[in-house]
Amino acid sequence: MKNKYSIFSLIKNAFSHHENWQRVWRDPEPKKEYDAIIIGGGGHGLATAYYLAKKHNLTNIAVVEKGWIGGGNTGRNTTIIRSNYLWDASAGLYDHALKIWEGLSQELNYNVMFSQRGVMNLAHNLQDVRDLKRRTHANRLNNIDAVWLNTEEVKKFCPIINTSPDIRYPVLGGTLQRRAGTARHDAVAWGYARGADGMGVDIIQNCEVKGIKRNGDSVEGVETTKGFIKTKKIGVVAAGHSSVIANMVDIKLPLESKPLQALVSEPVKPIIDTVVMSNAVHAYVSQSDKGELVIGAGTDAYVSYTQRGSHDVVEGTLKAILELYPIFSRMKMLRQWGGIVDICPDASPIISKTHIKGLYFNCGWGTGGFKATPGSGDLFAHTIANDEPHKLNADFNINRFISGDLVDEHGAAAVAH
Amino acid sequence: MFLINCPYCGERDQSEFSAGGEAHIVRPKQPTELSDDQWAEFLFMRKNIKGVQLERWNHAHGCRKWFNMVRNTSDDKIHAVYKMGEKPPIK
Repeated sequence: MKNKYSIFSLIKNAFSHHENWQRVWRDPEPKKEYDAIIIGGGGHGLATAYYLAKKHNLTNIAVVEKGWIGGGNTGRNTTIIRSNYLWDASAGLYDHALKIWEGLSQELNYNVMFSQRGVMNLAHNLQDVRDLKRRTHANRLNNIDAVWLNTEEVKKFCPIINTSPDIRYPVLGGTLQRRAGTARHDAVAWGYARGADGMGVDIIQNCEVKGIKRNGDSVEGVETTKGFIKTKKIGVVAAGHSSVIANMVDIKLPLESKPLQALVSEPVKPIIDTVVMSNAVHAYVSQSDKGELVIGAGTDAYVSYTQRGSHDVVEGTLKAILELYPIFSRMKMLRQWGGIVDICPDASPIISKTHIKGLYFNCGWGTGGFKATPGSGDLFAHTIANDEPHKLNADFNINRFISGDLVDEHGAAAVAH
Repeated sequence: MFLINCPYCGERDQSEFSAGGEAHIVRPKQPTELSDDQWAEFLFMRKNIKGVQLERWNHAHGCRKWFNMVRNTSDDKIHAVYKMGEKPPIK
């Protein structure tokens, strides 16, 4: 069990100079056998383990992670959380996650710094205006808060935006989801890890999966750099490396892995108290609690696992940022990095069983997986525990690429994927 | 970001090119005979290899010709460039 974090535990530990805090999670060696193994210790994988233990009483499970937990896309994204998706299936999925976010810090007894500062999506041409208004209506029919703002209202909500009609792509309006916002990405991984570990889940870091052992049509275990681990159920939550795992069992997934970049500036005083995203010019920006501007750039258009990304992509994004926010023209960018995102042809995720018994995939989140972390973990845990999808992720099965029932969120989701 | 040696124009910046995905996916000869599974395989399913991959590229902001490339997706090093219709020089 974990000691509860509170003002009292803070005071108590102050007396011992904060040197006796309980370890947040153990560092166990893998057992010979588990009831289930989650491949990938990012937010989604750790959340899956947490909900498997909490809601489905599966505590003899392990999360295996080739690096350190939260070191992949969980630690590389721009932390934006929203649920203003166009289609009913996506709205159900992402709003399920948003509802869990709203109580997550209390549930985990770990401050994930969820901040409902609102997410505003800008329109820069007439088609944008039509698409965003349509999405606003679709959102409201699905009980998701969304409002349309005209140019003056955009300016009022975020005064530093250049709303001059003379810029190359003038701001013609925007949508606002007030319940949307940001969270502290590392804290999400750490909070779920602490919660899962407290219920007995083994989190095994520096343990890379090298192969999956099959017996006919079912799985028998995983070969790892720390030896063979036996199990009957494997949940793969490997994000950009999902295809690498899939290729071990000769499954082909409809994924392409591409580098997606983000960058942060030097820290400055509070200047932007919301998240502003712009699809047409591909620029989005928010400000972290430390004061850094957090800027998301686009993906490279080719398959690559390099976790870097091209300079011209960053340059394009910064040009758009400077046109929209002339006030940032003298700011210095401090750090730039890339993560590998696995993109589905319809820009929607896969949370699904496979034709191999006991093998489940949670992948294809592309450029927008962070926001879904709690919902994804909850629904994937349900799918693994019951060997059947929850009704909220039934549409996100792998067979939709055969039946043609795609959930096409390219562009429809308010930002380009 | 890297340089690509276009077989028609020579070495140019990668930003002049657009990637066309995995190479040698043959268009079905009898589309009407195809099952849904086979269509999905042709349209959507990809190897998405981490390592040496055969892929198609187009010199979109240059000669606009298509060609094939052998590239390692884990370090972006290009091993070979070859024309459409030619056999891959290494596998």
